[in-house]
Amino acid sequence: MNSRIFHIATNTFREAVRDRVLYNLIAFAVLMSAAAVLVGQISIQIERLVVINLGLTAVSLFGIVIAIFIGIGLVSKEIDKRTLYTVLSRPVRRWEFIAGKFFGLAGTLVVNTFFMAIGVFAALAYVAHQFVSSDVSILVALYFIVLQFVIITALALFFSSFSTPIFSAIFAFWLFVIGSFAQDLRNFAAMTHSFTRWLATGAAYVVPNFSALNVIGQVAHGESVSSQLILLNTAYAVVYSVAVLSAAVLIFERRNLK
Amino acid sequence: MRAIEILGLEKIYSAGFWRKRSKRALRPLTLAVEEGEIFGFLGPNGAGKTTTLKILMGLVFPTSGTARILGMELDNPRMKAQIGFLPEQPYFYDHLTARELLQYYGQLSGVDAKQLSGKVDAILEQVKLSNAANVQLRKFSKGMLQRVGIAQAILHDPKIVFLDEPMSGLDPMGRREVRTLIEDLKGRGKTVFFSTHILSDAEALCDRVGIIHQGELRGVGAVAKLTASVHGKVEIVWHGSTVPTGIRSMGAECRAAGETMRVIVPEENQDAVLEALRREHLRLISVVPVRTSLEDYFVAQLGAPAKSEVVSSGN
Repeated sequence: MNSRIFHIATNTFREAVRDRVLYNLIAFAVLMSAAAVLVGQISIQIERLVVINLGLTAVSLFGIVIAIFIGIGLVSKEIDKRTLYTVLSRPVRRWEFIAGKFFGLAGTLVVNTFFMAIGVFAALAYVAHQFVSSDVSILVALYFIVLQFVIITALALFFSSFSTPIFSAIFAFWLFVIGSFAQDLRNFAAMTHSFTRWLATGAAYVVPNFSALNVIGQVAHGESVSSQLILLNTAYAVVYSVAVLSAAVLIFERRNLK
Repeated sequence: MRAIEILGLEKIYSAGFWRKRSKRALRPLTLAVEEGEIFGFLGPNGAGKTTTLKILMGLVFPTSGTARILGMELDNPRMKAQIGFLPEQPYFYDHLTARELLQYYGQLSGVDAKQLSGKVDAILEQVKLSNAANVQLRKFSKGMLQRVGIAQAILHDPKIVFLDEPMSGLDPMGRREVRTLIEDLKGRGKTVFFSTHILSDAEALCDRVGIIHQGELRGVGAVAKLTASVHGKVEIVWHGSTVPTGIRSMGAECRAAGETMRVIVPEENQDAVLEALRREHLRLISVVPVRTSLEDYFVAQLGAPAKSEVVSSGN
Protein backbone atom coordinates (compact mmCIF):
# COMPACT_ATOMS: atom_id res chain seq x y z
CA MET A 1 0.00 0.00 0.00
CA ASN A 2 2.64 2.56 1.04
CA SER A 3 4.83 1.69 -1.93
CA ARG A 4 1.99 2.48 -4.32
CA ILE A 5 1.50 5.93 -2.77
CA PHE A 6 5.26 6.45 -2.98
CA HIS A 7 5.38 5.44 -6.66
CA ILE A 8 2.42 7.69 -7.55
CA ALA A 9 4.04 10.57 -5.64
CA THR A 10 7.37 9.99 -7.39
CA ASN A 11 5.68 9.92 -10.78
CA THR A 12 3.76 13.11 -9.99
CA PHE A 13 6.99 14.80 -8.94
CA ARG A 14 8.73 13.65 -12.11
CA GLU A 15 5.90 14.87 -14.34
CA ALA A 16 5.82 18.25 -12.58
CA VAL A 17 9.57 18.73 -12.80
CA ARG A 18 9.59 17.95 -16.52
CA ASP A 19 6.70 20.28 -17.25
CA ARG A 20 8.13 23.41 -18.85
CA VAL A 21 5.46 25.60 -17.32
CA LEU A 22 7.10 25.03 -13.96
CA TYR A 23 10.37 26.43 -15.23
CA ASN A 24 8.68 29.55 -16.57
CA LEU A 25 7.13 30.22 -13.20
CA ILE A 26 10.42 29.60 -11.40
CA ALA A 27 12.12 32.00 -13.80
CA PHE A 28 9.60 34.68 -12.86
CA ALA A 29 10.24 34.04 -9.21
CA VAL A 30 13.98 34.34 -9.70
CA LEU A 31 13.41 37.61 -11.56
CA MET A 32 11.37 38.86 -8.64
CA SER A 33 14.20 38.06 -6.27
CA ALA A 34 16.60 39.89 -8.56
CA ALA A 35 14.22 42.84 -8.58
CA ALA A 36 14.23 42.71 -4.80
CA VAL A 37 18.00 43.13 -4.92
CA LEU A 38 17.66 46.19 -7.15
CA VAL A 39 15.00 47.78 -5.00
CA GLY A 40 17.01 46.97 -1.91
CA GLN A 41 20.01 48.72 -3.29
CA ILE A 42 18.15 51.93 -3.83
CA SER A 43 16.42 51.78 -0.45
CA ILE A 44 18.88 53.21 2.03
CA GLN A 45 19.03 51.56 5.48
CA ILE A 46 16.12 49.23 4.72
CA GLU A 47 17.81 46.94 2.25
CA ARG A 48 17.27 43.87 4.42
CA LEU A 49 13.59 44.65 4.94
CA VAL A 50 12.95 45.14 1.23
CA VAL A 51 14.83 42.06 0.08
CA ILE A 52 13.26 39.78 2.70
CA ASN A 53 9.79 41.18 2.08
CA LEU A 54 9.91 41.06 -1.70
CA GLY A 55 11.86 37.83 -1.88
CA LEU A 56 9.59 35.87 0.46
CA THR A 57 6.50 37.34 -1.19
CA ALA A 58 7.82 36.15 -4.56
CA VAL A 59 8.43 32.66 -3.15
CA SER A 60 4.93 32.60 -1.67
CA LEU A 61 3.06 33.99 -4.65
CA PHE A 62 4.75 31.93 -7.31
CA GLY A 63 4.57 28.82 -5.20
CA ILE A 64 0.83 29.33 -4.80
CA VAL A 65 0.46 29.82 -8.55
CA ILE A 66 2.44 26.61 -9.21
CA ALA A 67 0.39 24.74 -6.60
CA ILE A 68 -2.87 25.85 -8.16
CA PHE A 69 -1.74 25.53 -11.77
CA ILE A 70 -0.48 21.97 -11.38
CA GLY A 71 -2.88 20.94 -8.61
CA ILE A 72 -6.08 21.68 -10.56
CA GLY A 73 -5.07 19.23 -13.26
CA LEU A 74 -3.82 16.45 -11.02
CA VAL A 75 -7.00 14.43 -11.30
CA SER A 76 -8.91 16.02 -14.17
CA LYS A 77 -5.97 15.77 -16.55
CA GLU A 78 -5.55 12.09 -15.78
CA ILE A 79 -9.25 11.52 -16.45
CA ASP A 80 -9.18 13.45 -19.74
CA LYS A 81 -6.10 11.61 -20.92
CA ARG A 82 -7.39 8.28 -19.65
CA THR A 83 -4.12 7.66 -17.81
CA LEU A 84 -6.23 7.23 -14.67
CA TYR A 85 -7.93 4.22 -16.21
CA THR A 86 -4.70 2.26 -16.50
CA VAL A 87 -3.75 3.22 -12.93
CA LEU A 88 -7.05 2.33 -11.26
CA SER A 89 -7.33 -0.94 -13.22
CA ARG A 90 -4.30 -2.00 -11.19
CA PRO A 91 -4.34 -2.85 -7.46
CA VAL A 92 -4.40 0.86 -6.56
CA ARG A 93 -7.19 2.14 -4.36
CA ARG A 94 -8.67 5.50 -5.19
CA TRP A 95 -7.61 7.03 -1.89
CA GLU A 96 -4.03 5.88 -2.54
CA PHE A 97 -4.13 7.71 -5.85
CA ILE A 98 -5.26 10.96 -4.17
CA ALA A 99 -2.66 10.60 -1.43
CA GLY A 100 0.10 9.90 -3.95
CA LYS A 101 -0.84 12.90 -6.05
CA PHE A 102 -0.88 15.11 -2.94
CA PHE A 103 2.54 14.02 -1.72
CA GLY A 104 3.96 14.29 -5.22
CA LEU A 105 2.92 17.89 -5.69
CA ALA A 106 3.74 18.85 -2.11
CA GLY A 107 7.19 17.37 -2.61
CA THR A 108 7.62 19.33 -5.82
CA LEU A 109 6.74 22.54 -4.02
CA VAL A 110 9.11 21.81 -1.12
CA VAL A 111 11.98 21.26 -3.53
CA ASN A 112 10.97 24.36 -5.46
CA THR A 113 10.87 26.40 -2.25
CA PHE A 114 14.30 25.12 -1.29
CA PHE A 115 15.88 26.42 -4.47
CA MET A 116 14.00 29.71 -4.33
CA ALA A 117 15.04 30.12 -0.70
CA ILE A 118 18.67 29.82 -1.78
CA GLY A 119 17.92 32.70 -4.15
CA VAL A 120 16.46 34.81 -1.34
CA PHE A 121 19.43 34.17 0.96
CA ALA A 122 21.82 34.87 -1.89
CA ALA A 123 20.03 38.18 -2.56
CA LEU A 124 20.13 39.03 1.14
CA ALA A 125 23.84 38.23 1.38
CA TYR A 126 24.45 40.46 -1.64
CA VAL A 127 22.72 43.56 -0.29
CA ALA A 128 23.42 43.14 3.42
CA HIS A 129 26.87 41.57 3.12
CA GLN A 130 26.25 39.52 6.25
CA PHE A 131 23.66 37.45 8.03
CA VAL A 132 22.38 38.29 11.47
CA SER A 133 20.82 36.05 14.09
CA SER A 134 17.31 37.23 13.30
CA ASP A 135 17.69 35.84 9.77
CA VAL A 136 16.91 32.42 11.23
CA SER A 137 13.30 33.60 11.32
CA ILE A 138 13.40 33.66 7.52
CA LEU A 139 13.54 29.88 7.68
CA VAL A 140 10.39 29.91 9.84
CA ALA A 141 8.67 32.20 7.34
CA LEU A 142 9.67 29.79 4.56
CA TYR A 143 8.36 26.89 6.60
CA PHE A 144 5.02 28.66 6.99
CA ILE A 145 4.99 29.32 3.25
CA VAL A 146 5.44 25.59 2.70
CA LEU A 147 2.48 24.97 5.03
CA GLN A 148 0.45 27.34 2.85
CA PHE A 149 1.47 25.30 -0.19
CA VAL A 150 0.38 22.11 1.54
CA ILE A 151 -3.07 23.56 2.24
CA ILE A 152 -3.53 25.04 -1.22
CA THR A 153 -2.35 21.76 -2.80
CA ALA A 154 -4.99 19.91 -0.80
CA LEU A 155 -7.62 22.42 -1.92
CA ALA A 156 -6.59 22.28 -5.58
CA LEU A 157 -6.66 18.48 -5.45
CA PHE A 158 -10.07 18.59 -3.76
CA PHE A 159 -11.55 20.72 -6.53
CA SER A 160 -9.77 18.70 -9.20
CA SER A 161 -11.47 15.53 -7.93
CA PHE A 162 -14.86 16.71 -9.18
CA SER A 163 -14.54 19.94 -11.14
CA THR A 164 -13.02 21.15 -14.39
CA PRO A 165 -9.58 22.77 -14.31
CA ILE A 166 -10.88 26.29 -14.93
CA PHE A 167 -13.40 26.20 -12.08
CA SER A 168 -10.88 24.46 -9.81
CA ALA A 169 -8.44 27.30 -10.47
CA ILE A 170 -11.07 29.94 -9.75
CA PHE A 171 -12.21 28.29 -6.50
CA ALA A 172 -8.67 27.63 -5.27
CA PHE A 173 -7.47 31.12 -6.13
CA TRP A 174 -10.40 32.83 -4.41
CA LEU A 175 -10.00 30.69 -1.35
CA PHE A 176 -6.36 31.77 -1.20
CA VAL A 177 -7.34 35.43 -1.48
CA ILE A 178 -10.11 35.19 1.11
CA GLY A 179 -7.88 33.07 3.34
CA SER A 180 -5.23 35.75 3.25
CA PHE A 181 -7.80 38.06 4.88
CA ALA A 182 -9.17 35.39 7.22
CA GLN A 183 -8.29 37.42 10.33
CA ASP A 184 -10.19 40.42 8.96
CA LEU A 185 -13.14 38.12 8.30
CA ARG A 186 -13.05 36.94 11.91
CA ASN A 187 -12.89 40.51 13.14
CA PHE A 188 -15.88 41.35 10.96
CA ALA A 189 -17.79 38.33 12.29
CA ALA A 190 -17.15 39.53 15.85
CA MET A 191 -18.80 42.86 15.04
CA THR A 192 -21.98 41.43 13.52
CA HIS A 193 -25.07 39.87 15.07
CA SER A 194 -27.42 36.86 14.82
CA PHE A 195 -27.54 35.15 11.42
CA THR A 196 -24.87 37.34 9.80
CA ARG A 197 -22.53 36.62 12.70
CA TRP A 198 -23.22 32.92 12.42
CA LEU A 199 -22.61 32.99 8.67
CA ALA A 200 -19.47 35.14 8.84
CA THR A 201 -18.02 33.06 11.69
CA GLY A 202 -18.66 29.87 9.76
CA ALA A 203 -17.02 31.27 6.67
CA ALA A 204 -14.06 32.54 8.67
CA TYR A 205 -13.35 29.08 10.01
CA VAL A 206 -14.03 27.21 6.78
CA VAL A 207 -11.67 29.28 4.66
CA PRO A 208 -8.02 28.45 5.25
CA ASN A 209 -6.36 30.88 7.64
CA PHE A 210 -3.49 32.03 5.46
CA SER A 211 -3.18 35.26 7.41
CA ALA A 212 -1.89 33.30 10.41
CA LEU A 213 0.67 31.61 8.18
CA ASN A 214 1.97 34.92 6.84
CA VAL A 215 4.80 36.19 9.03
CA ILE A 216 6.76 37.83 6.22
CA GLY A 217 6.28 41.38 7.54
CA GLN A 218 7.23 40.35 11.05
CA VAL A 219 10.35 38.53 9.90
CA ALA A 220 11.37 41.36 7.57
CA HIS A 221 11.45 43.64 10.62
CA GLY A 222 13.79 41.23 12.38
CA GLU A 223 11.20 39.94 14.86
CA SER A 224 11.27 36.33 15.97
CA VAL A 225 8.42 33.86 15.68
CA SER A 226 7.27 32.02 18.81
CA SER A 227 7.60 28.24 18.98
CA GLN A 228 3.98 28.11 20.11
CA LEU A 229 2.91 29.70 16.81
CA ILE A 230 5.06 27.22 14.89
CA LEU A 231 3.38 24.29 16.66
CA LEU A 232 -0.12 25.71 16.28
CA ASN A 233 0.32 26.52 12.59
CA THR A 234 1.78 23.08 11.91
CA ALA A 235 -1.12 21.38 13.65
CA TYR A 236 -3.60 23.63 11.84
CA ALA A 237 -2.09 22.93 8.41
CA VAL A 238 -2.03 19.19 9.04
CA VAL A 239 -5.61 19.04 10.35
CA TYR A 240 -6.98 21.31 7.62
CA SER A 241 -5.17 19.44 4.83
CA VAL A 242 -6.27 16.06 6.15
CA ALA A 243 -9.88 17.28 6.33
CA VAL A 244 -9.80 18.64 2.77
CA LEU A 245 -8.08 15.52 1.42
CA SER A 246 -10.61 13.31 3.20
CA ALA A 247 -13.37 15.23 1.47
CA ALA A 248 -11.54 14.80 -1.83
CA VAL A 249 -11.29 11.05 -1.25
CA LEU A 250 -14.98 10.80 -0.30
CA ILE A 251 -16.01 12.50 -3.53
CA PHE A 252 -13.51 10.67 -5.71
CA GLU A 253 -14.39 7.23 -4.30
CA ARG A 254 -17.92 7.52 -5.65
CA ARG A 255 -17.20 9.33 -8.88
CA ASN A 256 -18.05 7.64 -12.18
CA LEU A 257 -15.07 8.12 -14.46
CA LYS A 258 -16.91 8.48 -17.74
CA MET B 1 -14.03 -21.20 -12.15
CA ARG B 2 -15.13 -18.81 -14.85
CA ALA B 3 -12.79 -15.99 -15.78
CA ILE B 4 -15.52 -13.38 -15.99
CA GLU B 5 -19.07 -13.55 -14.69
CA ILE B 6 -21.43 -10.71 -15.37
CA LEU B 7 -24.80 -10.93 -13.63
CA GLY B 8 -27.45 -8.44 -14.63
CA LEU B 9 -25.15 -5.43 -14.90
CA GLU B 10 -27.11 -2.31 -15.67
CA LYS B 11 -26.05 1.31 -16.00
CA ILE B 12 -28.36 4.30 -16.12
CA TYR B 13 -26.88 7.78 -16.22
CA SER B 14 -28.67 10.86 -14.99
CA ALA B 15 -28.57 13.53 -17.65
CA GLY B 16 -29.66 17.14 -18.00
CA PHE B 17 -28.94 20.16 -15.83
CA TRP B 18 -31.16 19.00 -12.96
CA ARG B 19 -30.19 15.35 -13.56
CA LYS B 20 -33.82 14.43 -14.10
CA ARG B 21 -33.47 12.75 -17.48
CA SER B 22 -32.08 9.25 -17.46
CA LYS B 23 -29.98 7.68 -20.15
CA ARG B 24 -29.69 3.91 -20.15
CA ALA B 25 -26.18 2.98 -21.28
CA LEU B 26 -26.47 -0.70 -20.40
CA ARG B 27 -29.53 -2.88 -20.01
CA PRO B 28 -29.27 -5.83 -17.59
CA LEU B 29 -26.37 -7.80 -19.04
CA THR B 30 -25.59 -11.37 -18.14
CA LEU B 31 -22.55 -12.97 -19.66
CA ALA B 32 -19.82 -15.44 -18.76
CA VAL B 33 -16.37 -15.94 -20.23
CA GLU B 34 -14.41 -19.11 -19.63
CA GLU B 35 -10.74 -19.17 -18.77
CA GLY B 36 -8.41 -19.41 -21.72
CA GLU B 37 -10.81 -18.20 -24.37
CA ILE B 38 -10.67 -15.16 -26.60
CA PHE B 39 -13.99 -13.40 -26.31
CA GLY B 40 -14.97 -10.67 -28.71
CA PHE B 41 -17.41 -8.04 -27.55
CA LEU B 42 -18.88 -6.57 -30.70
CA GLY B 43 -21.12 -3.62 -31.31
CA PRO B 44 -21.38 -0.31 -33.10
CA ASN B 45 -20.24 2.93 -31.51
CA GLY B 46 -22.31 3.82 -28.45
CA ALA B 47 -23.55 0.25 -27.99
CA GLY B 48 -22.28 -0.10 -24.42
CA LYS B 49 -18.99 -1.92 -24.94
CA THR B 50 -16.82 0.64 -23.21
CA THR B 51 -19.38 1.11 -20.44
CA THR B 52 -19.23 -2.62 -19.74
CA LEU B 53 -15.44 -2.58 -19.68
CA LYS B 54 -15.35 0.45 -17.41
CA ILE B 55 -17.70 -1.22 -14.95
CA LEU B 56 -15.49 -4.31 -14.92
CA MET B 57 -12.44 -2.13 -14.28
CA GLY B 58 -14.15 -0.33 -11.41
CA LEU B 59 -14.06 3.02 -13.18
CA VAL B 60 -17.84 3.30 -13.37
CA PHE B 61 -20.30 1.96 -10.79
CA PRO B 62 -23.26 -0.09 -12.01
CA THR B 63 -26.81 0.99 -11.26
CA SER B 64 -27.63 -2.62 -10.49
CA GLY B 65 -26.20 -6.09 -10.95
CA THR B 66 -22.86 -7.59 -10.07
CA ALA B 67 -19.83 -9.05 -11.72
CA ARG B 68 -16.93 -11.20 -10.65
CA ILE B 69 -13.55 -11.67 -12.24
CA LEU B 70 -11.63 -14.83 -11.33
CA GLY B 71 -14.27 -15.39 -8.68
CA MET B 72 -13.45 -12.11 -6.90
CA GLU B 73 -15.27 -8.82 -6.48
CA LEU B 74 -14.47 -5.97 -8.84
CA ASP B 75 -12.73 -3.86 -6.19
CA ASN B 76 -10.52 -6.65 -4.89
CA PRO B 77 -6.82 -5.64 -5.23
CA ARG B 78 -5.80 -9.33 -5.53
CA MET B 79 -8.03 -9.60 -8.58
CA LYS B 80 -6.68 -6.39 -10.08
CA ALA B 81 -3.14 -7.69 -9.82
CA GLN B 82 -4.16 -10.47 -12.22
CA ILE B 83 -5.77 -8.42 -14.96
CA GLY B 84 -4.50 -6.01 -17.55
CA PHE B 85 -6.46 -3.26 -19.28
CA LEU B 86 -5.96 -1.22 -22.42
CA PRO B 87 -8.47 1.66 -22.71
CA GLU B 88 -9.67 2.96 -26.04
CA GLN B 89 -7.32 5.41 -27.76
CA PRO B 90 -4.99 5.72 -24.81
CA TYR B 91 -2.71 8.58 -24.03
CA PHE B 92 -0.06 8.41 -21.40
CA TYR B 93 2.11 10.70 -19.37
CA ASP B 94 3.61 13.16 -21.84
CA HIS B 95 6.95 13.59 -20.12
CA LEU B 96 7.72 9.96 -19.33
CA THR B 97 9.64 7.70 -21.64
CA ALA B 98 8.23 4.32 -22.63
CA ARG B 99 10.62 2.60 -20.25
CA GLU B 100 9.72 4.87 -17.35
CA LEU B 101 6.03 4.40 -18.00
CA LEU B 102 6.28 0.61 -17.97
CA GLN B 103 8.43 0.67 -14.86
CA TYR B 104 5.86 2.87 -13.15
CA TYR B 105 3.00 0.58 -14.07
CA GLY B 106 5.03 -2.45 -13.12
CA GLN B 107 5.63 -0.95 -9.68
CA LEU B 108 1.92 -0.25 -9.25
CA SER B 109 1.10 -3.82 -10.27
CA GLY B 110 3.49 -5.20 -7.67
CA VAL B 111 6.04 -6.66 -10.07
CA ASP B 112 9.16 -7.67 -8.17
CA ALA B 113 11.70 -4.85 -8.29
CA LYS B 114 14.55 -7.20 -9.21
CA GLN B 115 12.68 -8.59 -12.20
CA LEU B 116 11.02 -5.40 -13.36
CA SER B 117 13.82 -4.03 -15.50
CA GLY B 118 14.21 -7.31 -17.38
CA LYS B 119 10.46 -7.62 -17.92
CA VAL B 120 10.26 -4.09 -19.25
CA ASP B 121 13.04 -4.78 -21.76
CA ALA B 122 11.36 -8.00 -22.86
CA ILE B 123 7.97 -6.36 -23.32
CA LEU B 124 9.43 -3.45 -25.26
CA GLU B 125 11.09 -5.99 -27.53
CA GLN B 126 7.82 -7.88 -27.94
CA VAL B 127 5.87 -4.79 -29.02
CA LYS B 128 8.79 -3.59 -31.16
CA LEU B 129 9.48 -0.43 -29.20
CA SER B 130 13.01 -1.19 -28.03
CA ASN B 131 14.44 1.57 -30.20
CA ALA B 132 12.02 4.10 -28.75
CA ALA B 133 12.36 3.00 -25.12
CA ASN B 134 13.96 6.26 -24.01
CA VAL B 135 11.83 8.61 -26.09
CA GLN B 136 9.24 10.71 -24.29
CA LEU B 137 5.70 9.56 -24.97
CA ARG B 138 4.59 12.97 -26.23
CA LYS B 139 6.67 12.22 -29.33
CA PHE B 140 5.01 8.87 -29.99
CA SER B 141 2.70 8.29 -32.93
CA LYS B 142 -0.78 6.91 -32.41
CA GLY B 143 0.35 3.44 -33.37
CA MET B 144 3.29 3.58 -30.98
CA LEU B 145 1.00 4.72 -28.15
CA GLN B 146 -1.29 1.80 -28.88
CA ARG B 147 1.65 -0.59 -28.68
CA VAL B 148 2.93 0.83 -25.42
CA GLY B 149 -0.64 0.59 -24.19
CA ILE B 150 -0.70 -3.10 -24.95
CA ALA B 151 2.71 -3.45 -23.32
CA GLN B 152 1.49 -1.96 -20.03
CA ALA B 153 -1.56 -4.25 -20.14
CA ILE B 154 0.52 -7.44 -20.31
CA LEU B 155 3.72 -6.42 -18.53
CA HIS B 156 2.79 -8.02 -15.21
CA ASP B 157 1.75 -11.30 -16.87
CA PRO B 158 -1.95 -11.05 -16.03
CA LYS B 159 -4.36 -13.98 -16.32
CA ILE B 160 -6.97 -11.91 -18.12
CA VAL B 161 -6.38 -9.08 -20.54
CA PHE B 162 -9.13 -6.56 -21.33
CA LEU B 163 -8.63 -4.61 -24.53
CA ASP B 164 -10.94 -1.82 -25.64
CA GLU B 165 -10.64 -1.43 -29.41
CA PRO B 166 -7.03 -2.67 -29.55
CA MET B 167 -6.78 -2.23 -33.32
CA SER B 168 -7.87 1.39 -33.18
CA GLY B 169 -5.54 3.72 -35.05
CA LEU B 170 -3.29 0.96 -36.33
CA ASP B 171 -2.21 0.43 -39.91
CA PRO B 172 -2.55 -3.07 -41.42
CA MET B 173 0.89 -4.09 -40.20
CA GLY B 174 0.11 -2.85 -36.71
CA ARG B 175 -3.20 -4.70 -36.68
CA ARG B 176 -1.46 -7.88 -37.74
CA GLU B 177 1.03 -7.48 -34.90
CA VAL B 178 -1.76 -7.03 -32.39
CA ARG B 179 -3.56 -10.08 -33.76
CA THR B 180 -0.36 -12.10 -33.38
CA LEU B 181 -0.01 -10.81 -29.86
CA ILE B 182 -3.54 -11.83 -28.95
CA GLU B 183 -2.99 -15.29 -30.43
CA ASP B 184 0.21 -15.55 -28.43
CA LEU B 185 -1.68 -14.64 -25.26
CA LYS B 186 -4.16 -17.38 -25.94
CA GLY B 187 -1.34 -19.82 -26.59
CA ARG B 188 -0.05 -19.02 -23.11
CA GLY B 189 -3.40 -19.81 -21.58
CA LYS B 190 -4.52 -16.22 -21.02
CA THR B 191 -8.08 -15.08 -21.31
CA VAL B 192 -8.63 -12.15 -23.64
CA PHE B 193 -11.76 -10.03 -23.58
CA PHE B 194 -11.69 -7.42 -26.27
CA SER B 195 -14.18 -5.04 -27.74
CA THR B 196 -14.17 -4.11 -31.39
CA HIS B 197 -16.32 -3.11 -34.26
CA ILE B 198 -13.94 -4.63 -36.83
CA LEU B 199 -15.70 -7.92 -37.50
CA SER B 200 -12.94 -9.49 -39.56
CA ASP B 201 -10.61 -9.31 -36.56
CA ALA B 202 -13.22 -10.89 -34.31
CA GLU B 203 -13.92 -13.60 -36.84
CA ALA B 204 -10.23 -14.42 -37.17
CA LEU B 205 -9.38 -14.36 -33.46
CA CYS B 206 -12.33 -15.12 -31.26
CA ASP B 207 -13.57 -18.36 -29.83
CA ARG B 208 -16.85 -16.74 -28.91
CA VAL B 209 -18.40 -13.38 -29.52
CA GLY B 210 -21.13 -11.35 -27.90
CA ILE B 211 -23.01 -8.70 -29.83
CA ILE B 212 -24.30 -5.67 -28.01
CA HIS B 213 -26.49 -2.92 -29.42
CA GLN B 214 -28.12 0.04 -27.67
CA GLY B 215 -26.98 -1.35 -24.34
CA GLU B 216 -28.55 -4.75 -24.87
CA LEU B 217 -26.88 -8.09 -25.53
CA ARG B 218 -28.32 -9.37 -28.79
CA GLY B 219 -26.50 -12.63 -29.22
CA VAL B 220 -23.67 -14.74 -27.84
CA GLY B 221 -22.05 -17.82 -29.21
CA ALA B 222 -19.11 -19.56 -30.79
CA VAL B 223 -18.03 -17.91 -34.03
CA ALA B 224 -18.18 -21.22 -35.88
CA LYS B 225 -21.79 -21.80 -34.80
CA LEU B 226 -22.91 -18.28 -35.57
CA THR B 227 -21.44 -18.47 -39.07
CA ALA B 228 -22.64 -22.02 -39.76
CA SER B 229 -24.68 -22.48 -42.86
CA VAL B 230 -28.22 -21.53 -42.00
CA HIS B 231 -29.55 -21.29 -45.52
CA GLY B 232 -28.83 -24.85 -46.61
CA LYS B 233 -27.21 -23.71 -49.84
CA VAL B 234 -24.06 -24.55 -51.73
CA GLU B 235 -21.96 -22.57 -54.19
CA ILE B 236 -20.72 -24.60 -57.18
CA VAL B 237 -17.95 -23.29 -59.43
CA TRP B 238 -16.90 -24.75 -62.77
CA HIS B 239 -14.46 -23.86 -65.52
CA GLY B 240 -15.74 -22.25 -68.71
CA SER B 241 -18.61 -20.01 -69.69
CA THR B 242 -21.22 -22.64 -70.56
CA VAL B 243 -24.36 -23.03 -68.44
CA PRO B 244 -25.70 -26.62 -68.72
CA THR B 245 -29.37 -26.98 -69.72
CA GLY B 246 -30.12 -28.86 -66.53
CA ILE B 247 -28.98 -25.91 -64.42
CA ARG B 248 -30.80 -23.38 -66.58
CA SER B 249 -34.03 -25.26 -66.15
CA MET B 250 -33.71 -24.96 -62.34
CA GLY B 251 -34.01 -21.22 -62.71
CA ALA B 252 -30.79 -20.73 -60.79
CA GLU B 253 -28.89 -17.53 -61.43
CA CYS B 254 -25.40 -18.18 -62.77
CA ARG B 255 -22.61 -15.64 -62.64
CA ALA B 256 -19.46 -15.43 -64.68
CA ALA B 257 -16.22 -14.70 -62.85
CA GLY B 258 -13.23 -14.57 -65.17
CA GLU B 259 -12.88 -17.99 -66.75
CA THR B 260 -15.33 -19.64 -64.37
CA MET B 261 -19.05 -19.82 -63.78
CA ARG B 262 -20.65 -20.06 -60.37
CA VAL B 263 -24.13 -20.80 -59.12
CA ILE B 264 -25.78 -20.98 -55.70
CA VAL B 265 -28.43 -23.67 -55.35
CA PRO B 266 -30.25 -25.40 -52.46
CA GLU B 267 -28.33 -28.35 -50.99
CA GLU B 268 -30.95 -30.81 -52.29
CA ASN B 269 -30.17 -29.68 -55.89
CA GLN B 270 -26.43 -30.23 -55.51
CA ASP B 271 -26.38 -33.71 -57.06
CA ALA B 272 -28.50 -32.61 -60.04
CA VAL B 273 -26.13 -29.74 -60.79
CA LEU B 274 -23.05 -31.97 -60.55
CA GLU B 275 -24.73 -34.50 -62.86
CA ALA B 276 -25.49 -31.71 -65.39
CA LEU B 277 -21.86 -30.62 -65.34
CA ARG B 278 -20.68 -34.20 -65.78
CA ARG B 279 -23.00 -34.78 -68.77
CA GLU B 280 -21.57 -31.72 -70.55
CA HIS B 281 -18.02 -32.62 -69.57
CA LEU B 282 -17.48 -29.34 -67.73
CA ARG B 283 -14.59 -29.24 -65.26
CA LEU B 284 -15.74 -28.85 -61.66
CA ILE B 285 -13.63 -26.48 -59.57
CA SER B 286 -15.31 -26.35 -56.17
CA VAL B 287 -18.40 -27.18 -54.15
CA VAL B 288 -18.59 -25.01 -50.99
CA PRO B 289 -21.43 -24.69 -48.47
CA VAL B 290 -22.66 -21.11 -48.27
CA ARG B 291 -21.90 -19.80 -44.75
CA THR B 292 -23.32 -16.80 -43.05
CA SER B 293 -20.50 -14.36 -42.38
CA LEU B 294 -20.15 -12.81 -38.98
CA GLU B 295 -21.02 -9.53 -40.62
CA ASP B 296 -24.31 -10.96 -41.85
CA TYR B 297 -25.09 -12.25 -38.36
CA PHE B 298 -24.03 -8.94 -36.82
CA VAL B 299 -26.23 -6.87 -39.13
CA ALA B 300 -29.13 -9.25 -38.60
CA GLN B 301 -28.86 -8.87 -34.82
CA LEU B 302 -28.66 -5.11 -35.02
CA GLY B 303 -31.73 -5.02 -37.18
CA ALA B 304 -33.71 -7.39 -34.96
CA PRO B 305 -36.19 -5.88 -32.47
CA ALA B 306 -34.93 -5.51 -28.89
CA LYS B 307 -35.46 -8.53 -26.67
CA SER B 308 -37.10 -8.11 -23.28
CA GLU B 309 -35.29 -11.05 -21.67
CA VAL B 310 -31.58 -11.41 -21.16
CA VAL B 311 -29.64 -13.74 -23.46
CA SER B 312 -27.39 -16.05 -21.40
CA SER B 313 -24.06 -17.39 -22.60
CA GLY B 314 -23.55 -20.58 -24.50
CA ASN B 315 -26.66 -20.17 -26.66
